[in-house]
Amino acid sequence: MLITINGQGTEVALDPRTSLLDLLREHLELHGTKKGCDQGACGACTVLADGERILSCMALAVQYEGRSISTVEGLAHGGALHPLQQAFIDHDGFQCGYCTPGQLCSAIGMAAEIARGVPSAVTADLAAGTISPSRDELRERMSGNLCRCGAHNGIIDAITEIYTAEAAE
Amino acid sequence: MTTIRDAAQKVMQTAIGLAPERWLPGGTPDPLIGRHGAIGSSVPRVDGPRKVRGEAPFAAEIPAGNMTYAALVFSTIARGHIATLDTDAAQTAPGVVLVMTYRNAPRMAPPAVFLSDPRAAGASSLPVMQDDAIHWNGEPVAVILAETQEQADHAATLVHVTYTRETASTSFEHAATHAHRPDNVLGEPAVIEIGNAEAALAEAAHKIDRTYHTPRYSHAAIEPHAATVWWEADGRLVVHDATQMLNGTRWTLAGIFGLKEEQVRILSPFVGGGFGGKALWNHQILAIAASRLSGRPVRIALSREGVFRVSGGRTTTRQRVALGARADGTLSALIHTGTAAMTAYNNCPEQFSFPARHLYAAGSFKLEQKVADIDMVANTFMRAPGESVGTFALESAIDELAADMGLDPIDLRRRIEPVKDPTSGHSFSARHLLDAYARGAERFGWSARSPTPRARREGEWLVGMGVATATYPYYRMPGGTARITLTRAGHACVAMASHEMGMGTATVQVQATADRLGLPIDHVTFAYGDTALPPGTIAGGSSQTASIAATVTAASEKLVSALLKLVGNDSPLAGLRAGDVEARDGGLGHRTIPDRFESYVSILSRANREEVSAEAEAPMPLEVQKYAMHSYGAQFCEVRVSTVTGETRVSRFLGSFDTGRILNPRTAASQFRGGIIMGLGLALTEETLFDERTGRIINASLAEYHMPVHLDVPEIDVIWTDSPDPRAPLGAHGIGEIGITGVGAAVANAIYNATGRRIRDLPITLDKLL
Repeated sequence: MLITINGQGTEVALDPRTSLLDLLREHLELHGTKKGCDQGACGACTVLADGERILSCMALAVQYEGRSISTVEGLAHGGALHPLQQAFIDHDGFQCGYCTPGQLCSAIGMAAEIARGVPSAVTADLAAGTISPSRDELRERMSGNLCRCGAHNGIIDAITEIYTAEAAE
Repeated sequence: MTTIRDAAQKVMQTAIGLAPERWLPGGTPDPLIGRHGAIGSSVPRVDGPRKVRGEAPFAAEIPAGNMTYAALVFSTIARGHIATLDTDAAQTAPGVVLVMTYRNAPRMAPPAVFLSDPRAAGASSLPVMQDDAIHWNGEPVAVILAETQEQADHAATLVHVTYTRETASTSFEHAATHAHRPDNVLGEPAVIEIGNAEAALAEAAHKIDRTYHTPRYSHAAIEPHAATVWWEADGRLVVHDATQMLNGTRWTLAGIFGLKEEQVRILSPFVGGGFGGKALWNHQILAIAASRLSGRPVRIALSREGVFRVSGGRTTTRQRVALGARADGTLSALIHTGTAAMTAYNNCPEQFSFPARHLYAAGSFKLEQKVADIDMVANTFMRAPGESVGTFALESAIDELAADMGLDPIDLRRRIEPVKDPTSGHSFSARHLLDAYARGAERFGWSARSPTPRARREGEWLVGMGVATATYPYYRMPGGTARITLTRAGHACVAMASHEMGMGTATVQVQATADRLGLPIDHVTFAYGDTALPPGTIAGGSSQTASIAATVTAASEKLVSALLKLVGNDSPLAGLRAGDVEARDGGLGHRTIPDRFESYVSILSRANREEVSAEAEAPMPLEVQKYAMHSYGAQFCEVRVSTVTGETRVSRFLGSFDTGRILNPRTAASQFRGGIIMGLGLALTEETLFDERTGRIINASLAEYHMPVHLDVPEIDVIWTDSPDPRAPLGAHGIGEIGITGVGAAVANAIYNATGRRIRDLPITLDKLL
């Protein structure tokens, strides 16, 4: 089947049991996407499928035939880091670095959800057309991405820096 | 275990004659203590770009040709024997390369359990898959190797095992009735009695006598334990591991497989969270054995369930704290006793009585630890083992006494501040706990707290504030060796088999080495994570920063001597001795004559050398023999407790720390916050549920083991005294563990202030407050 990974069309032949996560890690040697639990509980395997964040451990690779998948390896453009990657460094939004790729992809997908006006459990006014990316909104929406080192404050600071500035523009 | 203590003391005595004066009482402090250079700067992590790009390779990501993938089958009983073991279906399943059970596993010596030898790293001394005996519910009974992970996982479901059950010890209450004193608690006595504390308690004007319970906890690092292993054609073993003890793993594996140490290489440059859990468990040993049988490389990446089955966490404790106070608020009696669950095969008694040995002055003490033997996966060290749960009990009791006496809890701590270490009598090397309290109280707005519970209500929410002391010992481990190589271009590389699990090891050591050698930080690199390098010390006990710094200091002294041997007669340094010079501005210079200076580039160029290298071992940590060396902190917490649901929300948190010099404010703040957040989980949500009927862990997943998530974590404020400890290298203490200490009590005390309810049983879940 043909699947697009980080902008590149890739032809793969697979055991149909293979998860999208294992396709990336074990077949395509793209180890940036992490396996933390393999059961949808930790968020470390978050990737973007046509711009939407999904848990790649809970996705069978064959379901994504013809779709476009973006992983952490696709965020930087050559030597230049994605602004959110740089913000994670600036705000020390990680320690061990294992949950980081999932946090990054999740944050990018989340920002798009806010921009589309998708409400969350803490959104006060469901009828409002626009949602402000407040700290509580970000914390609620990032709660599916576990971090055990305790970099939560830095992660939210980094996301705030990039996406509240963007929202204000 | 007395042999360990005896051996350790013998080593210490031998070393006293060899130690540099700096680390001994009266010696000169590290000259870098007061200098502001790279040290003290918020340098971003040197491995940051690789981590945010997803390019940092972890143990399960190391490529190998002809790889096989491992899956484990776990026992479903806690004690007994395998009765029947049917592997036929698994053997013939598609892609299966090997099924290994006790019947065909190679003969292996039992692991040397941690602390049985300074080099030992085994989590347990139990033999690994050598017979049909079962020792815990979840013990691996079969290993499948297959061409893909999917094939291995499927074949594992086809192994059919039946068991002959034997009576297992799985009830803590029952086992506690036979609790016994361990020979020692990490080399310290299991019992300390000073005076007659029970009698003093009985006569005390004010007294508190309470029992506290803490549950099992899991490290739950986001990276599951994993290893990629293979045997070279010449019989050497290569293990890409996720470990906090590289050299210990090497020595212990060599013993298990009958190899020489130099035949084993362990690599672990990136570890996806450790917290004490990334040690030598059965999975690496089984993968290596299976690789030997199959002749192929093996990748073993534990499933999340496998992490809970194969690697242990923090054990459960039951603790009694009794305080007797005089009318003036001083203590006449301090009693802290209790029992922790442990196995008969490991040595990790969860040293919960350690804080009470060093924190407060009292007229009499009774401190005692016992262990209850349980058939379970070996418990182990988890972030501030002992101090985390010990401070929950002790600091809750202090708060109870303060409330009972009508004293502010910070004021009570002022009245019981000791002049010297209360149980050893040693002088403190540095202790600014009350300063940390004062700074924290001011910044947190402690004066706004009402001493009366339930005084502040906002709608359905009761709001309260609590405080507790944080404490953790200073440790420095002997046995490390550092090599510094200085090139003609003026670049230095430090090499030592050290560990980076996210603490910022490489970053901070680059900073320290830069200042030590007078180089800019971009001229310094730190090579670590590989036993091919000079041996490092463990990443445990918050010891690594001080351990490496002392080793690099020793190596830098040798390097200076080596450089002085290279200078010629026409050098401005000609005739100078090591004691005359200091490293500065990219070279060496006379301490008091500014123009007697020559750059490293010039020294090496003149001598026509491409590089010069020096290697040295750290001196023994004699400073801890003479001084009471500890870190401190004051943890301030504000909670909101719903009167409708009973849920607790932490609305504000401040940690005010006294941990010596802070080397990198950016990474230090992250370490403190990380500890505090794990403490919030300890206090409110986390518990490894152990089914006492079967000995099986019930919630072996991250969906059921509830660590704090983003919405549970408020903005956490951290401040520090930054007062250097004159007895420590760089004036610094390790800070990886202190953050979690005191948090349980700070939260519980805040909940009391909010609700009037004392919860003495962690975690403080909703049901306990309804």
